[in-house]
Amino acid sequence: MNLVRIRALAKKEFLQILRDPRSLILSLAIPVLLLVLFGYALTLDVDNVPMVIWDQDNSQTAKHFILDFHNSRYFKIIGYYDTYQDLVWKIDTGEAMIAMVLPKDFSRYLGSGQPAPAQFLIDGSDSNTATIARGYISSVIANYNQHFFAHAVAGVTIVNPQPVSFKPRPWFNPNFESMIFIVPGLIVVIIMTIAALLTSLTVAREWERGTMEQLVATPVRPNELVVGKFLPYFCIGLFDLILSVIMAKFVFSVPVQGSVALLFALSSLFLCGALMMGILISIISRNQLLASQFAILATFMPTVLLSGFRYPIWNMPAAVQAVTYLVPARYFIVIVRGIYLKGVGIRDLWQQALFLALFAAAMIFLAIRKFKKKVA
Amino acid sequence: MSQDTTVAVEVHDLEKCFGSFVAVNRVNFQIARGEIFGFLGPNGAGKSTTIRMLCGILTPTSGSGKVAGFDIVREQRQIRQNIGYMSQKFSLYDDLTVEENIDFYSGLYRIPNSERAARKEEIIKTAGIEEFRTRLTKDISGGWKQRLALGCAIIHRPTIIFLDEPTSGVDPITRGNSWATIKEMAAHGVTVFVTTHYMDEAENCNRLALIYKGTRIAIGTPMEMKTVIMKDQVMEIQVPDSEIWSERVRAVSGVKQTALFGTAIHAVVESAEKTGPAIEALFKGAGVAGYTVRKILPSLEDVFVSLIEEYDHEHIKAA
Repeated sequence: MNLVRIRALAKKEFLQILRDPRSLILSLAIPVLLLVLFGYALTLDVDNVPMVIWDQDNSQTAKHFILDFHNSRYFKIIGYYDTYQDLVWKIDTGEAMIAMVLPKDFSRYLGSGQPAPAQFLIDGSDSNTATIARGYISSVIANYNQHFFAHAVAGVTIVNPQPVSFKPRPWFNPNFESMIFIVPGLIVVIIMTIAALLTSLTVAREWERGTMEQLVATPVRPNELVVGKFLPYFCIGLFDLILSVIMAKFVFSVPVQGSVALLFALSSLFLCGALMMGILISIISRNQLLASQFAILATFMPTVLLSGFRYPIWNMPAAVQAVTYLVPARYFIVIVRGIYLKGVGIRDLWQQALFLALFAAAMIFLAIRKFKKKVA
Repeated sequence: MSQDTTVAVEVHDLEKCFGSFVAVNRVNFQIARGEIFGFLGPNGAGKSTTIRMLCGILTPTSGSGKVAGFDIVREQRQIRQNIGYMSQKFSLYDDLTVEENIDFYSGLYRIPNSERAARKEEIIKTAGIEEFRTRLTKDISGGWKQRLALGCAIIHRPTIIFLDEPTSGVDPITRGNSWATIKEMAAHGVTVFVTTHYMDEAENCNRLALIYKGTRIAIGTPMEMKTVIMKDQVMEIQVPDSEIWSERVRAVSGVKQTALFGTAIHAVVESAEKTGPAIEALFKGAGVAGYTVRKILPSLEDVFVSLIEEYDHEHIKAA
């Protein structure tokens, strides 16, 4: 390895990136696009569940009850109707997810101290959202009950209606905001995709344009070439990481709880592996189009689907779980979420870090070896 | 193998196969230091494959060789440090400027910092591209690119330079400029190995090898090629309506082949003494006036066409 040659290669590569609008746009736009898209648009939160109501009772009590839903940010009352056909129609068209029906005797039951039935029709097609919505309904009603008793018992002793009091205390993300869960995971997706996609073009381009022919006739060694190509992209990767961390904090209010230094150190390790994977893909395919397609397939897809980024790994069938062990993002996502949300240190993350180191080492080894073979 | 320092390149039974295809078939030659050695042959003859083996880019299937004193199988890295190579396809970076390309190769060859600026100026001046120095390489025309590529290939002052079709597809001025550079280098003791299919350029070489279907079918100086190596002789015939007569001359016994060179007919014959009178008799018999028939020194093109036909003829017979 010779530093003069590596410097020449890195500088050349850097100039080429600067002159190639495609690389620049990819490296700057992808992080912002992914963060905005996943952060704002593709949120997992269930807010503003559309709801229609048929209030047959029309009493003051019923109005009070409905008001609790009205005031909740989880529901959005989009209309009042007085036939089942209308309710069903609204659910069929997808305009409403929930239809609430309060029977004629709703207030009378409550007044006489008997349980009052309230019917909720829920569109269960999207089972996840339906389950979450049902949970919200329960909590609104529980809340209502508590207040109801508090008012009814003024001065009179009454048996506690809730023998066990449930006091959940969610850690790390007390308001269950999906953004807090998604944003650190997104950083993983961004680094993996950018790194592999950008580098996947770099060696293939040299083969395509014939510049490799000249390069291999110089004293340049395969490891120098690989390192020289790696360095500028490593800088871009770090830049994207900084960009993501800043956006996470100031745009999405997701700050790093743990050590920022540790986050950057372990991210660099992951970045190494991802960049080398891109270079390896580029060396193998020799063709820019093929290389970029393969890079997307090999990085973006598994990272989004199989890393635990959105879909919990423990929920997958054993065979698929086994596959996830081969997805490097799986380890990195534990690290990023750990540092970001739980503020944990290397003592809890060293195993994952070890896997990342292994991944990076394997990619470096394979890239250099493949390149030697290709040239000979 | 000799340790003679006057030998720049030597190969023995050099062979390269790609699968069952024999691209280079047991080729032998030796090139002295400071020689301009032309490697000639039609497309697909194995010229580029040979050059790539000599430059340490390809490993031979069998055979041995030395370039600048280093073994072409075991010391490829040392070879690459000591030679310059310019591939057939333009292979500098289009998206770098002229200067950035030069700087890049200065770095790869580890030119000392103190010398870099001077070498850069030298290359830019030799190639005559002063006005383009900060221009992107893709924005300068083919001829200038070629001169720049040649400059980058010799930036580290190699003792041997390999040029693969350096002048194919470039303008005559650039061809002239490139050959001037090549001769200048040779005068300073640099060995030049050049492939070309321009016969007029081949005349610039000290020695030539003709390669055809992977086989070296002739080697020698241009003059040896025309006199000793070519066994047949060439007659130049000036006659009115030469294109019509060409066919009929070929029918004369002892004429192997005819071709038109401008308005003249070149006839390849086994013996000028025997066949010359027969050709003249043809014209006399037809009552043609104002013809001349004379023996000439064959052009390199005549030599190569004749040698290739002879080779094909023998191998068809053998098969």
